[in-house]
Order: sequence, then C-alpha cells, then structure tokens
Amino acid sequence: MDKNKRKAYIINTISIISLYLVFFILIQTKVMNKYFMGIAIMTCIMIIMAMSLNIVAGFLGEMALGHAGFMAIGAYSSAYFSIALMDTGFPLPNIIVLILAMLVGGMVTGIMGFLIGTPTLRLRGDYLGIVTIGFSEIIRIFFINFEPTGGAAGLKGITKLVNFNNVYWITIVIIILMFTFGRSKQGRAIISIREDEIASEAAGIPTTRYKVLAFTVSSFFAGIGGALYAHYQAFVEPSKFGFMFSIEMFVIVVLGGLGSLTGSIVAAIVLTVLPEMLRGFAEYRLLVYSLALIVMMIFRPQGMLGRSEFSLTKFIDSLILRKDIKNSIDGGETR
Amino acid sequence: MTVLAAKNITMQFGGLTAVDQFNLELQSNELVGLIGPNGAGKTTIFNMLTGVYVPTSGEIILNDESILKKTPHDIVRLGASRTFQNIRLFKDLTALENVKIAYHNFIDYNMIQGMFRTKKFWTEEKKAHEECVKLLDIFDMGEYADTLAKNLPYGQQRKLEIARALASEPKVLMLDEPAAGMNPAETAELMETIHFIRNKFDITVLLIEHDMKLVMGICERIIVVDYGKTIAEGTPDEILKNPEVIRAYLGN
Repeated sequence: MDKNKRKAYIINTISIISLYLVFFILIQTKVMNKYFMGIAIMTCIMIIMAMSLNIVAGFLGEMALGHAGFMAIGAYSSAYFSIALMDTGFPLPNIIVLILAMLVGGMVTGIMGFLIGTPTLRLRGDYLGIVTIGFSEIIRIFFINFEPTGGAAGLKGITKLVNFNNVYWITIVIIILMFTFGRSKQGRAIISIREDEIASEAAGIPTTRYKVLAFTVSSFFAGIGGALYAHYQAFVEPSKFGFMFSIEMFVIVVLGGLGSLTGSIVAAIVLTVLPEMLRGFAEYRLLVYSLALIVMMIFRPQGMLGRSEFSLTKFIDSLILRKDIKNSIDGGETR
Repeated sequence: MTVLAAKNITMQFGGLTAVDQFNLELQSNELVGLIGPNGAGKTTIFNMLTGVYVPTSGEIILNDESILKKTPHDIVRLGASRTFQNIRLFKDLTALENVKIAYHNFIDYNMIQGMFRTKKFWTEEKKAHEECVKLLDIFDMGEYADTLAKNLPYGQQRKLEIARALASEPKVLMLDEPAAGMNPAETAELMETIHFIRNKFDITVLLIEHDMKLVMGICERIIVVDYGKTIAEGTPDEILKNPEVIRAYLGN
C-alpha cells in the first residue's frame, strides 16, 4: 500500500464519519424529522439498488431491466426468514437478525440470479432486456399468487429493524464491497467483456463464466437492498415491484453514468430526493422530473460522470492546490 | 520439437470450402509466415487454430494435446495467443489495464479475497502490477502505462496488442496482419520488435502478412495458401522463385 493510497483511505474514512456526524447532529437537534429520515433511508436503499444494477448494466454492459424482480425476491425471502426467526422466540439482538435476514435475502436472490442468468446471458442487448423484463414479471405474478407470503395483499408482520443509524453503515459497507469488487481481477475481467468480448476471450478470460458471475453478484446485492426495504417498510406487497420500478432504477444508473459507481450514488441521491422536494408543486412534479431527465440526456448523454469515478482525494487536492477541478474526475485508480 | 500441428483441417461454410486439407507444423522458436492472396483462407486458418471456429474435419494438436473442442480462452491457457487484423484493444482502459487483463490467469485470489482485500490480494496485485509494467517496458511503452488505449498512436496500439497477447505467456504467438496500416518506418520497427520478442520470450511466431518486405525479411519459413490449399512451402528465396506462387499472385 503506497502513500497515496493510505492518504486516500484516511480522507475517505474521515469524510464518511463526518457525514455521519452531520446526520447525527441533525437528528439529535430534531432538524431532521421522521419524514426526512424516511427519505434518507430510501436513498440509502436506492443507492444499493442502483450500484448493484450498475454491475450488470455498467461493468458488464448488458441491458438488465428486471432489477425490481430481484429486489422482490430479496424482500420476500428475508422477511419470511426474519418472521420465522422472531417466531421461535430465540433472543437475538435486532442488528443480528437484520444482518442474518440480509444474508438470507442476498443468498436466495443470488442463487435465483445465477439460475436466471445462466440460460439468458447467451442473449445480447435488447433481447436480454426483454427476457429480464419477462422474468421480473414472472416473479411479481408468482408473489401475487403465492399464498404463504400473503398473496396480493402483501406480507405483514415484519419487525421494523431498519433505522437510519444501521442503514447508513450497512450502505457504506456495501458501497465499499462493490468498489473493491470492481477493482479486483474479477471486476477487470467483467469490464473487459464490456469493452470487447472477442478480445476478452482471446486474452484468456472465460467470458461466459464472468457474465454469470456479474449477474449473480448484482442480484446478490439487489437481494440485500430488497431485505433492507422489507425491514424498513415492515410490509411488502407485490405491486411495488412492477416494471416501472425497474425502469426507475435503470434511469438512475444511466443518469449517473454507466460504469461509474460514484455516479450511481449521486444519481440515486438526486433522483430520490428530487421528487420529494418537488412535492410542493404537486401536479408539476412529474413534469419537472421528466424534463430534468430529457435535458440531461440531451446535454450529457454519457451520464453525470460518464465512466469515470469521482475521487474525493483529488477533489481536495485541486481545492488546496487550485489545480483544475476537472482533475478530480478521472479514471480514479487511487481513490 | 513440434509445438503446434494442424492435420488435414478443413473448414466448410455451407457449400463453400474455405480451407481444404490444410497441414501445418510449427517447431519451437520458429518464425513462420502465412501468406496468400485476398480470400485465400488465411484468417479462417487462424480462427481454427485459436478456437474461434471448429474445423469441419481434421485435428489440431497444441503441446501434445488436442484443442479441437476447446474454447478460445482454454487455448490461451494452453499456450497459444493471438492478435487481430483490425486492432481489438479494450479502448476505454489504460495500456496497463489491457495487459493486466491478459495476465488474469496468473493472478491467484478468489472473489471473496478480492472484495475484502486480504493480504493475498495485495501481494498478488503487486506482483501482477510489476510483471505488467515490466512487459510494457520491454516494448518501450512504460510512459504510456496510464494512457487510455484509444488515445495511443496507431503503431503503439499494435504494439500494445502484441504485449497483451504475450501477457498470457504463450508458447505460440499468432499475429494477424501486424503491419496493416503502418508506414515503412513503423513496419521496420515492427520487424525488429517481432524478431526481438521471438528471442526474448523463446516463443514460436506465426504471422499472416501482406507486406512482402516484412515477410521476406524476417520469416524463416513461408507457407503460401490459395483457395484454401497450401500451394507452396519453403524458405523466402524458394518462395520467390516458385512458379505456383507467382501465378497465384500475378496470374498467368
């Protein structure tokens, strides 16, 4: 680990903790009420969802339009598990139950992702998009008709385990894990498939295996996002996980920049907070939202950050040394 | 010692026989040229040797192992790598990352170790980094390590593709028209590079080329194909005098 990397780690750690402290003070002084806290929690969940979708859409470069379906599997399986666990009456601290539920949700969704990905990843581009829509609809219809999880009425009786404190740290851990995944040899292999599949194969990368791996990892994290969602809302119903929700997540990824994890974070924050901020305008809300998307796509079609990552270290350097601010946005090996 | 051997390989696309009963034997540390007029089937032969196409009939042996049913990435692992006629780099990645991707099979850590950045991750990544920088330095490309591949000059892109092919430590390197689109000065430099890597890495080189100066200049043995068949084989001097070759290239 060289000096630059250590510096980057320290700066990022400090900023994560200070951001938490800011929220902590806001909550303690009651500036941030329950409503804002709800938005903050939803934002964290959407960050996880968008980043996990970015692994397939951005890193692997495949169109996946069924992310809501994976989220549903994670939500239902984890909720079912935590209800069963609570029923046994075994005294466990809430956070342990939540982590176990998240792992169960992630695992089950990961396995489903593997099963769905193996046959479908032979397809490319828009064909894959249509197949993933189909699968997510099947999942939704399945839950509507599946009585053990409440059918169309939804699954009730989930203990609310998620609050801002734990969801913040869970999100941070997951963000870090996705970053390290993107910068491991597996991440590199997946990116090389996006760049040129034939060349990747000729460079000795087993492309089929890595495609399935990307799909599985992506759905694993989507399952975790779903688990958090279920334990925040304390109620899950199938109608939430419709096609439009998948599209919403895809929009976040495209807007942030396909292949840019930091871009997904920024876009998830903007696109979750913006509609809430616009609530005062009632009927113009959706208009402004759609307009923002259209303007964005016209003037910056590659998304906010394109394929590059935002580096806090370089940003601070540029502030201190008054270097060109643009330097803070680049390939970002030294985050 | 025979490194790569193709025995009577035939490739048919529907009714068209692109390659007909082609034979090839590459000895270790040899530099062999494969030439022929346009549409003679040279690239098809390449694609069969690298696993992109499965021959309709015949047998291909690489290091005493049949690679007939193997996928392209398996063949790379067994020791044969290639470059492409139209450069296929990972354009939005840096030169160093391009090489690192091909070094993939020598980096030994699993996904969990990578995600949690265990000690193994750091040592393996460090080793990979050093090896790949070394490889770029051999090609005098150290200064371009952090340049995006798409921003490299054309000649450097060709070199990077060769460097990437060498990162998987092959025993046979197959170059598909490495001098395409190069000016005479760049071609001369490329000739030197090919000569150099053959000796430095102790590998066998098979190259397809249209540039006669390059082929005649460096190849020890030349195979001429036309209409999917071998029409001549021998040293450059023999090939130049061969009436069959003259007919194939110039007509009667």
